[in-house]
Amino acid sequence: MSSATSTGNRASLGASVNSLWSRIGGQNISLLIALAVLVAIFGFLRPDVFFSARNVINIGLAVTILGILAMAQTVVIVSGGLDISVGSIVGLSTMVLAVTIQETGSVPLGILAGLMSGLVAGLLNGSVIIYGPVNAVIATLGTMSAFRGLAYLLNNGNSIAIQGDSLRVLGVGNFLGLPYAIWLLLAVIAVFIVLTQKTVIGRNIYAIGGNQTVARLAGLPIKRYQLGIYAMSGLAAAIAGLILASRTMSGQPASGSQGLELEAITAAILGGCALQGGKGTIVGAMLGVLIIGVLNNGMILTSVPTFYQLLAKGALLILAVIVQERQRARSGE
Amino acid sequence: MADNSVILEMRHIVKEFPGVRALDDVTMAVRRGEIHSICGENGAGKSTLMKVLSGVYPHGTYEGEILLDGEEMQFHDIKASERSGIVIIHQELALIPELSVTENIFLGNEIVRRGVIDWDGARLRALELMARVGLETDPNTPIKSLGVGQQQLVEIARALSKNVRLLILDEPTSALNEEDSANLLELMRGLRARGIAQIMISHKLNEIAAVSDSVTVIRDGRTVETYDVEAGHVDEDRIIRAMVGRSLDHRYPDHTPQIGEVLFEVRDWVVEHPQLPGRLICKNSSFTVRRGEIVGFAGLMGAGRTELARSLFGRSYGHYRSGEMFLGGKEIHPTTVHQAIEEGLAYVPEDRKSLGLNLLDTIKSTIVSANLGAIVRRGLINSDDEFRIASDYRHSLRIKAPSVDVGVSTLSGGNQQKVVLAKWMYPDPDVLILDEPTRGIDVGAKAEIYRLVESLADNGMAILLISSEMSELLGLSDRVLVMQGGRITGEVDGDNATEERILDLAMQADTRTAS
Repeated sequence: MSSATSTGNRASLGASVNSLWSRIGGQNISLLIALAVLVAIFGFLRPDVFFSARNVINIGLAVTILGILAMAQTVVIVSGGLDISVGSIVGLSTMVLAVTIQETGSVPLGILAGLMSGLVAGLLNGSVIIYGPVNAVIATLGTMSAFRGLAYLLNNGNSIAIQGDSLRVLGVGNFLGLPYAIWLLLAVIAVFIVLTQKTVIGRNIYAIGGNQTVARLAGLPIKRYQLGIYAMSGLAAAIAGLILASRTMSGQPASGSQGLELEAITAAILGGCALQGGKGTIVGAMLGVLIIGVLNNGMILTSVPTFYQLLAKGALLILAVIVQERQRARSGE
Repeated sequence: MADNSVILEMRHIVKEFPGVRALDDVTMAVRRGEIHSICGENGAGKSTLMKVLSGVYPHGTYEGEILLDGEEMQFHDIKASERSGIVIIHQELALIPELSVTENIFLGNEIVRRGVIDWDGARLRALELMARVGLETDPNTPIKSLGVGQQQLVEIARALSKNVRLLILDEPTSALNEEDSANLLELMRGLRARGIAQIMISHKLNEIAAVSDSVTVIRDGRTVETYDVEAGHVDEDRIIRAMVGRSLDHRYPDHTPQIGEVLFEVRDWVVEHPQLPGRLICKNSSFTVRRGEIVGFAGLMGAGRTELARSLFGRSYGHYRSGEMFLGGKEIHPTTVHQAIEEGLAYVPEDRKSLGLNLLDTIKSTIVSANLGAIVRRGLINSDDEFRIASDYRHSLRIKAPSVDVGVSTLSGGNQQKVVLAKWMYPDPDVLILDEPTRGIDVGAKAEIYRLVESLADNGMAILLISSEMSELLGLSDRVLVMQGGRITGEVDGDNATEERILDLAMQADTRTAS
């Protein structure tokens, strides 16, 4: 009797430790450790610069664009899809924004047009994927090239300078010591966390990615969801484009071509997304974003040549997938 | 029985996973010329034991010893156990659908001459093996065009090609119809006569009684007892008692149905095949179900029962052609699953792993998933409601789990099925369609599900019960409809229903449509 009670206690203690662990997420703890190790390494190599307030804000600014893309990518991957055209949509949206401001002289109109271009691009992705039907990787590989071509076509391959002080404020302005762009990122994080964890839509996205047939037999309109998810991804890319344009005060057709989609996908997978869908968190993705941000920043500070940086980022993506697959195998699926 | 010496002995096997002792001192012996059945509830440790035996869990990850012909074996992987003549055939067949019978038989074990595969030799050898298992087809046929029963024969031929001495069959008849099952059991007897020892894991007590020489019952990771069938020590009740550790006198609850007015009616329902236009899957099906009534749907595989059910459930199968549906006297037209749920229909699908559950999900979010709108407060899901509702179901359905926060993939089959049932009870439907609600789950959980179904009927639901298990249909249904070739071809009153009459009806119908 007494031994039964003590096993019971031990079991419930084990269960509560387990539930605490699962609440924070074992994966997130590993990411925090990885982040701490990176910070320690670069802090040790460049103690003078790395921890300066200016550099910390630099990292923050550098990850705003990636952060927004990675969160949107997380939702896409959770639903069982993939969107590799986001980098091109960033470039396209900055061009649409710049051309509109050039033609109309109105910054709000330009911002609206930029965001709309991302939304339309996303709807196009979704339509091709659902009604083709075309595999998501192939569809967005195609539109990745097509959207980039469109961005170049808008001004014969040249960038466009933007005149408009109200846009510049977004790029350089501060509120309570933090740049507006970081506030925007925090707002987007909050929206995504509530969306994925607290709403019916979010719950259903996990259901669709986890098992589409089960979701269909629970009455979910799967195509409508998929269309909405790719439209959201396009819109998020356009928001990232807006931040980029406000910072450079120009429309850059080539912007986002330096592997932004690769970094976004890497961050999402580092954060626990399974490529098969159904699994992944916003918090995890943001930790992945911070790891990439610190890695990029640290490699620049320690003067690692660009080519090695590319090598490192490619390796990181593959490593993230390997870790993910190992975990899946261990959990016995 | 030719040779009664012991071929396999497993002694004091203990296997632990973090936090669980899955096997706790299992000891058993298999004789050379016997079919040895292992039974136990889901989660009792049968599959774990077979994984230890076949090297899936390598030597060193468990305690105890395995002796084959008196010699201690230390398998490090499946290849090693197969070299010693132990071959396992899993419940989910491990064949490659696109490849031919020959290619599948010799997969990973190809007959090679001078560095290239000798296909002529392989085909000849395949024909030989196919003759031994009674598979009559062209060895070049791709697996995907064979029925499940024939696929199982290919698996056995593959095992024979590896010079099997001990064949392990995990639930070999769970996907087979009555005829194929009978053939398989006959083949097992033939293999026994040739001196191939066999271990069969099964939930089907009548099959166990029909072919086994001995039966070992496992409960909670321990061997409870081994019976010698020939000595007449065994009967179904005794096995069940040993499996669940208690007596199950009332497998089908004694119950007086409280049948009310007609609640659900279908008239002249016609559905076309989803891919083949013009081919009808449901042909003018009409039936009624009363409030509080359980109507069984009997039929052989391919009779169209599942297809009918899914086409009623928001047209989720095939193309609707014509027909009417009434609920409580009012005609309804649910054209999507969402509308069907809104109207008060629920469908618990036949294959819980691929159709009923998102295996990445937790218990609580699965249970509320078909009725999420009910726990939304100001646009957001209320986690407290979710937890409370799921916990209520966990208690009332006795779902064995440490909490509703754990993943459904960690549950045993019976508990997973209870979660699926809870998911479809939560929307509080008027009409509940159950498609093979107890397939592959143990007797204890079955009895609980039967009681649950009865109580749902007593609370005024109309229940459609599709089942291939005759005793279940007879035990639960107030009325049984027999389907064949997409048609409802007969009706038997619950009191007068016998297995013979139902089969008789299905067969009669068979010959009528054939002529």
